Amino acid sequence: MTKPFATVVDIAADIASGKTSAVEVLEQHLARITERESDIHAFNLVTTEQARATAQQVDADIKAGKPVGPLAGVPVALKDNMCTRGIETTCSSKILEGWKPPYDATVVTRLQQAGAVMVGKTNLDEFAMGSSTENSAFGPTKNPLDTSRVPGGSSGGSAAAVAAGFAAASLGSDTGGSIRQPASLCGLVGVKPTYGLVSRQGIVAFASSLDQVGPFTHTVADAALMMEVIGGHDPLDSTSLSQPMPSLTSVLGQGVKGMRIGRLADMPDGCEPEVLARMDAAYAALQAAGATIVDISLPSLSYCLTAYYLVAPAEASSNLARYDGVRYGLRVETGDLHSMYGATRAAGFGAEVKRRIMLGTYALSAGYFDAYYGKALKVRRLIANDFAAAYEKCDVILTPTSPTVAFPLGDKTSDPLTMYLCDIFTIPTNLAGHAAMSVPFGTGAYNMPVGVQVLAPALGEQTLFRVAAELERAS
Amino acid sequence: MSTPSSGSSPARITSEVVAKVAKLSSLHLSDAELALMTSQLSGMLDHFADIDKLDLSNVEPLAQPFPLKNVFREDVVVAGLDRDEVLAAAPAAEDGRFRVPPSLGLGEQ
Repeated sequence: MTKPFATVVDIAADIASGKTSAVEVLEQHLARITERESDIHAFNLVTTEQARATAQQVDADIKAGKPVGPLAGVPVALKDNMCTRGIETTCSSKILEGWKPPYDATVVTRLQQAGAVMVGKTNLDEFAMGSSTENSAFGPTKNPLDTSRVPGGSSGGSAAAVAAGFAAASLGSDTGGSIRQPASLCGLVGVKPTYGLVSRQGIVAFASSLDQVGPFTHTVADAALMMEVIGGHDPLDSTSLSQPMPSLTSVLGQGVKGMRIGRLADMPDGCEPEVLARMDAAYAALQAAGATIVDISLPSLSYCLTAYYLVAPAEASSNLARYDGVRYGLRVETGDLHSMYGATRAAGFGAEVKRRIMLGTYALSAGYFDAYYGKALKVRRLIANDFAAAYEKCDVILTPTSPTVAFPLGDKTSDPLTMYLCDIFTIPTNLAGHAAMSVPFGTGAYNMPVGVQVLAPALGEQTLFRVAAELERAS
Repeated sequence: MSTPSSGSSPARITSEVVAKVAKLSSLHLSDAELALMTSQLSGMLDHFADIDKLDLSNVEPLAQPFPLKNVFREDVVVAGLDRDEVLAAAPAAEDGRFRVPPSLGLGEQ
């Protein structure tokens, strides 16, 4: 499949070799933003002036013969829940509107050190809670491939920015599918790394035991390069793994010969037939490349939705307690401290965030803890056990990323539960903390893209990327 | 405190409980929001009752993907955040500190 825009790998090579300049590449991307951003709304903020200054610096360094990083001059976009020093970081929430963090997230620092040029902060479902980017306090993002449809979420702005050619790559965060599902709906590669492989320092916390940062790109090779830049141990994140970041760019050509690919024997209902047809094609392609297909089962799969929608809101209710009108963001002035808290939070949070804070607080409260949060943690153990048993029989598991292609705006906003059902295939791997990614694999209904999800055990990124590269070659 | 229903009652959560949870969450909800929240949470809890049929008696809870261990560093002084930069982002600050409204002697105390 031909890609409509230049890749990260090509842009970096062409700038490093002097074939083009960082300024020229940036201006091409800014021109596309000028042309289409008013229709798409991928960004909460476009950082044009800072981007121009960074691109000029990259060009000056190259001209002076100084060594430059692997992403020198590559335009990237960041989900607006990643702290950028002195640059507004809102989480698409009124409660943080106008807040300028006093430090950079570790992933932001690593992108800067690699020479990337940040073009802006992208829209999201408020505090990353949603699957369509319709929960943003600043209005929804549209899918660049069909603007009557959602880009997915919660990292919908980051997906749309890459799909529309506003940036060559972007970063999102994935708590229950928030990178993989929008990648699938926008025809991109999206990676949810093993928990702890990429630093969470400076990422506004949603559910701390589930959140991970990862890239959106047009190609698997681009995703591998982005992962190598952002991944690896960070002493500032207490859950950061100590293992060195494995090389991913070097394994992409190794193929899948002899690999065992797990296929779900008990596929949940609700998948579009075109999505299932693409899955069959994906198994066939890997088989043709020398892999074996093995039927596996994850008996607890259907219970993951419940476990996730209790665990994630419980953690969120604790993490979001910090928005109290004291240290940053919005304050609604009232006579006394306690009513100021309640009034500020009532005015600052949107409906979905309030719902999840309430659900989480309820699940953790005295008298209900054992019945809800406690049980959810036990179901979390069951799915981890299911995966462990499955990975005895196979090296990776293939599922659809999303049961459907991108749906129309407004389609699922009236009933929160129907929106939650979008995440059925992506949630289990977050609960287990494993590696996963979505790879575009043709189109389904309405000619919209279908993503195949590849799941691997913890720190199985090399296997993951080998399978993804094979699927890309076959698509 | 009442215990949760076992699944036979028509509403899984009452508006009184929702109002109490709102207070615990420091969220002022309007009457309309309270009513909508009660019905939406009730619907979700109905769905979440699917795990009630699992036998979880011998299952250990899993709170974190991997075991957490304490992280130490050498006890050396490192630069912290710039105080003025941090306070500049606060809704109100005074004399190098965050300023808050009075917590006693006013309002709903």
